[in-house]
Amino acid sequence: MEVLLQQIINGLVLGSMYALIALGYTMVYGIINLINFAHGEVLMVGALTSWTIIGLMQEAMPGTPGWLILLISLLIAFVVCGALNFAIEKVAYRPLRNSPKLAPLITAIGMSLLLQTLAMMIWKPNYKPYPTLLPTEPFQVGGAVITVTQLFILGATAVSLSVLMWLVHYTRLGRAMRATAENPRVAALMGVRPDTVISATFIIGAILAALAGVMYASNYGTVQHTMGFLPGLKAFTAAVFGGIGNLGGAVLGGILLGLIESIGAGYIGPLTGGVLGSQYSDIFAFIVLIFVLTLRPSGLLGERVADRA
Amino acid sequence: MKPNKLVTFFIVAAALLVLPLLLQQGGNAWVRIVDTALLYVLLALGLNIVVGYAGLLDLGYVAFFALGAYLFALLGSPHLAEAFPVIAAAFPEGLHLPIWAAIPAAAALAGFFGVVLGAPTLKLRGDYLAIVTLGFGEIIRVFLNNLDRPINLTNGPKGINQIDSMKFFGFDLGKPHEFLGIEVNSVSMYYYLFLVLVIVSVIICHRLENSRIGRAWMAIREDEIAAKAMGINTRNMKLLAFGMGATFGGVSGSMFAAFQGFVSPESFSLMESIMIVAMVVLGGIGHLPGVILGALLLAALPEVLRHVAGPLQAMTDGRLDSAILRQLLIALAMIVVMLMRPRGLWPSPEHAKPLVKPVKS
Repeated sequence: MEVLLQQIINGLVLGSMYALIALGYTMVYGIINLINFAHGEVLMVGALTSWTIIGLMQEAMPGTPGWLILLISLLIAFVVCGALNFAIEKVAYRPLRNSPKLAPLITAIGMSLLLQTLAMMIWKPNYKPYPTLLPTEPFQVGGAVITVTQLFILGATAVSLSVLMWLVHYTRLGRAMRATAENPRVAALMGVRPDTVISATFIIGAILAALAGVMYASNYGTVQHTMGFLPGLKAFTAAVFGGIGNLGGAVLGGILLGLIESIGAGYIGPLTGGVLGSQYSDIFAFIVLIFVLTLRPSGLLGERVADRA
Repeated sequence: MKPNKLVTFFIVAAALLVLPLLLQQGGNAWVRIVDTALLYVLLALGLNIVVGYAGLLDLGYVAFFALGAYLFALLGSPHLAEAFPVIAAAFPEGLHLPIWAAIPAAAALAGFFGVVLGAPTLKLRGDYLAIVTLGFGEIIRVFLNNLDRPINLTNGPKGINQIDSMKFFGFDLGKPHEFLGIEVNSVSMYYYLFLVLVIVSVIICHRLENSRIGRAWMAIREDEIAAKAMGINTRNMKLLAFGMGATFGGVSGSMFAAFQGFVSPESFSLMESIMIVAMVVLGGIGHLPGVILGALLLAALPEVLRHVAGPLQAMTDGRLDSAILRQLLIALAMIVVMLMRPRGLWPSPEHAKPLVKPVKS
């Protein structure tokens, strides 16, 4: 029982990171129907930027409390990633708005590769330890263990989700975003500037990705230039799983995916008598995805028929 | 053919025949680059059937390449005999099936999996299909990586080595041969084999393109509902596209296994699938000369650059080594080419219509 509880906690932590990244994918997809393949790399840039800032601050101002350093590095990562994603959209996606759909997909893949390469040149290809800035004494919850870092992840996810939901549902910008997702041309007639809205969407997505990147780094304790790839892929799976273009779906998909992965990894060994091990955990995501999409081609909460080619 | 067209044809043919003989003077590395490029052309031609003709975006294409390569490796290496006592009892040296059995088996396995993947995804389109095929590719890779226990089928991350070379009726492509006093070494022999395969594939693809099947695929690509209304069996046509594309992948895979003599999961990463898609789109989707151009450019250019990267590496204090430079240039090429020519470098003149309706703006 303790094992199950522990796996549920781990799954929720993992799932909330996936959910944050998935929101970035799903918002971009909802508005311009593009799989932003470079999204995972934005996460990586966020994590590496915060790693650099933490290193600089620990050297320049020893004795600063860990949470403050983390907060400042997080804010700087937000700015860097926001600017980066804004630039990516402007350079690689905007000129191709009216081109065949595969063209922006290829520039997105190119961007992802470019960012990885540049990160490798700037930060060197080795794995770097990410410092533990939060207290390490864990809490006991009914026999399972939860760390402060995990609490920080769950809390920050809850806060940022609430802020995002408020932003989308109760502000002018949110209304403009929803209108543009519905129909950019009509939205433009109503006085919305689609280009501004799209830029804003990319910046918001980048901030969520940077947050997830810092969480990822704190949770696993290492950073490297390829670290964005797998979470990006999983989060995209989560977005499709929940019904791409649907914000609630992305959160649901992310959390479910985290839970499935974590519980699956914990139980697959005993269940199959040791034939399959936890090294198969990476494929649960995809197996579940194939099943769900076979039954519901537009994802769990997707309303639109999947008719886009 | 008009006379001057015929002349061009003969010049190109002669140049293609002499090319490896000239290149092998400068060392096998150059011929090997051309061989690899030809393999990528084969793969791109296969993927073009799925993506270019039928409009089904497949991001897991490398899985079929992997299946073909591994099946060929298992049938043509001592690995199975080492891992299974039952097989060792019957074939102490390993199976070593002749290529006439191994290549069709690899093609059939890949084709079968192509249909298996296609069947549950028929309802899906576009990005949904892309992500499912991507997931399928990853599943295959993870299995290849981990199927070394409890039964050792794939030898895990270590891969399978000592794979037989191609042998036609006792004529071994793995050894150098002499024709008319000219020494032709093994890599050049493979060049000729791959060249023949590419030419055969181009002919097949060209015939397909103008056949009823090809027209049906393109109808599905342009408007699936209209195609269905016109009496095209979209389900069978899509399955056929998946199956044919995958068969190409399986054949290329067996070529790869025999050429390298070694396969490991590392050669079949998602990045490979993405590169093959990029070749097709960058060259000119659905247009055979464009696809070949795209594959040659993306496969060969970076390798050529690798040889000139030495001075750059010295200039930038080791930060810009050949691998990084290669990746940087591929990435920039993908972005710049798409920005300047969104329909590809050499798009099809008659099907200038977009693959799908432009994104609403």
